[in-house]
Amino acid sequence: MRGPLGTTPSQTVGPFFKMPGGIVWADGPEVVADGTPGAITIRGTLLDGAGRPIPDGLVEIWGADEHGRFAHPDDPRGASGRFQGYGRCGTSPEGEFWFRTVKPGPLPTPDGRTEAPHLDVTVLARGMLNRVVTRIYFPEEQDANAADPVLSEVDPARRGTLIARADGHEHRFDIRLQGDDETVFFDV
Amino acid sequence: MTDTARGGLVLPQYRPDPDSHPPLDSPEYRSSALRHPKQPLQYLPQHLTEVTGPLLGHDRCGEHDHDLTAQHDGEPLGERIIVSGRVLDSDGRPVPNTLVEVWQANSAGRYLHQGDRHPAPLDPNFSGTGRCMTDEDGHYRFVTIKPGAYPWRNHDNAWRPAHIHFSLYGRAFTQRLITQMYFPGDPLFYQDPIFNSVRDEAARERMISRFDLDTTVPEWALSYKWDIVLRGPQGTPFEDEEDDD
Repeated sequence: MRGPLGTTPSQTVGPFFKMPGGIVWADGPEVVADGTPGAITIRGTLLDGAGRPIPDGLVEIWGADEHGRFAHPDDPRGASGRFQGYGRCGTSPEGEFWFRTVKPGPLPTPDGRTEAPHLDVTVLARGMLNRVVTRIYFPEEQDANAADPVLSEVDPARRGTLIARADGHEHRFDIRLQGDDETVFFDV
Repeated sequence: MTDTARGGLVLPQYRPDPDSHPPLDSPEYRSSALRHPKQPLQYLPQHLTEVTGPLLGHDRCGEHDHDLTAQHDGEPLGERIIVSGRVLDSDGRPVPNTLVEVWQANSAGRYLHQGDRHPAPLDPNFSGTGRCMTDEDGHYRFVTIKPGAYPWRNHDNAWRPAHIHFSLYGRAFTQRLITQMYFPGDPLFYQDPIFNSVRDEAARERMISRFDLDTTVPEWALSYKWDIVLRGPQGTPFEDEEDDD
């Protein structure tokens, strides 16, 4: 056979994915257990182009452990540990989502640079025919963020949409799908 | 040599396939209007976070999770069907040991969900959610009932064709896929803006299962086959020249 197979198209997650026993797990937002040393909490609101909260959205995160390692065989440095840095959270009627995880360590890139601590984010909702992808960076990592090869390619005026803000002991990361202050989304 | 090789860190790179996927801005699907970005997407190189992903689900799959007809004391109403196939990557390689999740309406076209106002009956013997892991060769298999079509308010007299929602992870963040499986010959395709949001006809066809007599169970259940293709790695950087066709 010549050439790759065509992939199966994406379709919307629709309005009914929060069915009992379905894809929204009760422990979905809890990547690590309460009381885990170094645990951080991230909260945010998912907003549409009119600035209204989206109550039927699904937000997912994926990231390395606090040492910047993955329990995954495709990490050429070797699979390490048991951390599954995945969380998913259906948005509340107020459009809110949250996660408890650990802040990932910095990561080496193939060209010898260093990515600042970050989480990859998938956003899905009724009305979205495909996911959008963004990243969460951390406000206390100013030097690492300044050297990050992905952030430094982003228009400086929009970079702030990718950086959580400190909110007491927690981090806040709102996601705006459209409009003023639209979050930066990635083609990956 | 590509830049993935220079630092000694050689990462798989997943092949994009943008023409197979619907645009986020699809005006015929009304609720996409305020839910699509208007700024251009920013290029994200596939680094460590993107080429890894959650390898989960083994501890999430219970005995009846793959059989949506066996999750209650009684049997659900409707046409019993088997839905099976393989999860592959775009090189045709199976994706083994990966979580496949499904959710669907019952045979009357009603979801077990507070937000579903369609005046069709709920079925006390049908929840409509399932999950399983693919085997070593990428095979998955569900037993369920054929979901009904249902009306929605997108346009005048709008009806969704019968479908089953699927959620897949593959092995990398880049492979994450949420989609819907349809049934062959559905008369509602022509008026459905979600199905038709996929502009490429061949790609649309890939969302339609096929009736398969060989895997039916005589005197018990009909059968539909559906393979799911996730993005595949385009080979190591050293194979680029051979891969360039």
